[in-house]
Amino acid sequence: MNIAGQKSGLSWAVNISVVLLVALWLFPTVGLLVSSFRTSDQISTSGWWKAMFPSQQNLTLRSDAPELQVQEGDLYVIEGLLFADGKDVEISVWGVSSREIDSYSAGETAPLKKGGEVTVQADGRYRMVNTEPFTGTRGTRIFVTATTPPEFTLRNYQHVLFDPSNSEGMAKAFINTLTVTIPATIIPIVIAAFAAYALAWMEFPGRALLIAVIVGLLVVPLQLALIPLLKLHNEVGIGKGYLGAWLAHTGFGLPLAIYLLRNYMVGLPRDIIENARVDGATEFQIFVKIILPLSFPALASFAIFQFLWTWNDLLVALVFLIDSTGDTTVMTKQIVELLGTRGGNWEILATSAFVSIAVPLMVFFAMQKYLVRGLLAGSVK
Amino acid sequence: MHPALQGIITILVGVGGCVGYFYLSNQFLDKVLCPPRGKNAGRNINRANIIRPWLFLLPAILALSIYLAYPVIETLRLSLTKRSTLPDGSTAYAWAGLDNYRQMMKEPKFWEALKNNAMWLAVVPALATGFGLLAAQLTDRLKWGNIAKSLIFMPMAISFVGAAVIFKLVYDMRPIEQEQIGILNALYLNFGGEAPIAWLTTPFWNSFLLMAVLVWIQTGFAMVILSAALRGIPEETIEAAIVDGANPFQVFFKIKVPQIKGTIMVVWTTITIVVLKVFDIVFAMTNGQWETQVLANYMYDKLFRSNDWGVGSASAMVIMLLVTPILVWNVRNARREME
Repeated sequence: MNIAGQKSGLSWAVNISVVLLVALWLFPTVGLLVSSFRTSDQISTSGWWKAMFPSQQNLTLRSDAPELQVQEGDLYVIEGLLFADGKDVEISVWGVSSREIDSYSAGETAPLKKGGEVTVQADGRYRMVNTEPFTGTRGTRIFVTATTPPEFTLRNYQHVLFDPSNSEGMAKAFINTLTVTIPATIIPIVIAAFAAYALAWMEFPGRALLIAVIVGLLVVPLQLALIPLLKLHNEVGIGKGYLGAWLAHTGFGLPLAIYLLRNYMVGLPRDIIENARVDGATEFQIFVKIILPLSFPALASFAIFQFLWTWNDLLVALVFLIDSTGDTTVMTKQIVELLGTRGGNWEILATSAFVSIAVPLMVFFAMQKYLVRGLLAGSVK
Repeated sequence: MHPALQGIITILVGVGGCVGYFYLSNQFLDKVLCPPRGKNAGRNINRANIIRPWLFLLPAILALSIYLAYPVIETLRLSLTKRSTLPDGSTAYAWAGLDNYRQMMKEPKFWEALKNNAMWLAVVPALATGFGLLAAQLTDRLKWGNIAKSLIFMPMAISFVGAAVIFKLVYDMRPIEQEQIGILNALYLNFGGEAPIAWLTTPFWNSFLLMAVLVWIQTGFAMVILSAALRGIPEETIEAAIVDGANPFQVFFKIKVPQIKGTIMVVWTTITIVVLKVFDIVFAMTNGQWETQVLANYMYDKLFRSNDWGVGSASAMVIMLLVTPILVWNVRNARREME
């Protein structure tokens, strides 16, 4: 591969560097994904990178309550399992006092403070024996150091998405986000397609100026539009709500849409369009029957951009959509809220964030080809 | 009404309205206003051809003027006025000259935001473009290059808010006696750090950790564009250099990079604009506390927390001012390309 300017000795270095680079870029996301499948205990006691391997944990467990004791001859006995059945756990050391949690190894017997003794096996079986009946309402605390296998749960997702009693409202926010996104993606495409056709294939005075204006508007920060438009929306009675958000997203998406589509349409073969004109087709027919179908790749590119942008948007939703009742809240806003109020609940945060990330990621991997094409056409050269 | 139903109706009304408008207005033009037959056929065809482009453009021009052009002018006007509430509850706007700008200049938070924005501008475009170029070059001839590119590109699809959550976990801190769950602190302690650091509340360095999030997102963009540019370099120039005995580094820096300079500039300026508008990352991760304020978040604070439209609009105009050179540059390039 000398044409590439690489010698084979270098090729190893290249491979390794790329592996490192990819790992570095992937690591943060994987961390959140793994965390979303762990319980809050697991997340707060060990780093997510340890979740793939059996981990050693210090656990505080309880024997069964004295009311379950049975009499064997002269002895009162409580027997049972410290872990839920079927868990593949191995206890190394254990203790009966919080100050000495590692005084005994598995299989040994320890005297209990309140009388009697207890034996704990490596697999979590225990046997408490006493000559007097055990008293009290709760079981005895047993402190163990155990190696537990990696464990993942879907409970976080179930809680965030389907539990009607959860206070995070992610399920509703998901629907709301979808409600914002779909019209805000489709409407600008329709408007922009017609405008792009006029700018690409019709002769009229002021065309070059108009194109220049659109290139200029591409970079106008939408921050400037917040107050004037909110004021306008309030004056004409739209207020805060879906309609305002749809209109705002349409307006802000249009420059890129027109620019992308025009650049693509200009490249379509002139013959097809002129032949159609000679054959007596009206401009409207040419547009609908010839231009639109041929422009599918550019339409798809912009649709993906606009979809990602509206789905991931926070600012427009904050300003134009979410009113004081909070009924129309979207996922990004919910997540910011969670970051503020429940910054420590990583299982809920991670799961909510992944619910919101999952849809764009699917779109991304399914339509990557069009996204790349759009990027290449959209960056002003 | 259920919002989903409302959404469907809006799609139908919006799309149907647009298509209906285009169809009917064209019909009207062809059948009623300027029919291409009769004694004035020739004149009518010419007239229709003059009017038709504007029919196609009208909705777009309306939307662009209301949603982008008008706000620029209105924001400028608001930044020069003072808003007050009259005793009867109505609001009044009074001419204030440059008062809002003067007041803004007096606020330390504004200068902090400006200083931070300058740091963001110096760091993020450079790093994102650099990493992007590196990734583009390294993956170029690799068998699994496309998979690698896909994975580096992936953060583009993740929202700034999602990225903020992802990186909050990376920067997480637990007290020293507990096990660290944030990888940065775990590594720091592993490599000889004495106590875990609350990264996001440590002024100066925390800004760079926020920048890392944007670099992480934008590198994929830079890589995709630069990778296409690298592919477009004529093979002969590279072959000639190799024949002349250039080593791979010389080929890269002396042959390839100079040929894609234009594209590098485009990537750089595009990321610069993203940086100037950066809001969500700061809003979600620190909300401008601990000296991490940036202009866009400062503006949001002024507009919606202090309800000070004058100073808020003034800071928006500062962002616009910073964007303007790139705007002019883009327009000039686009015009040159069309000629």
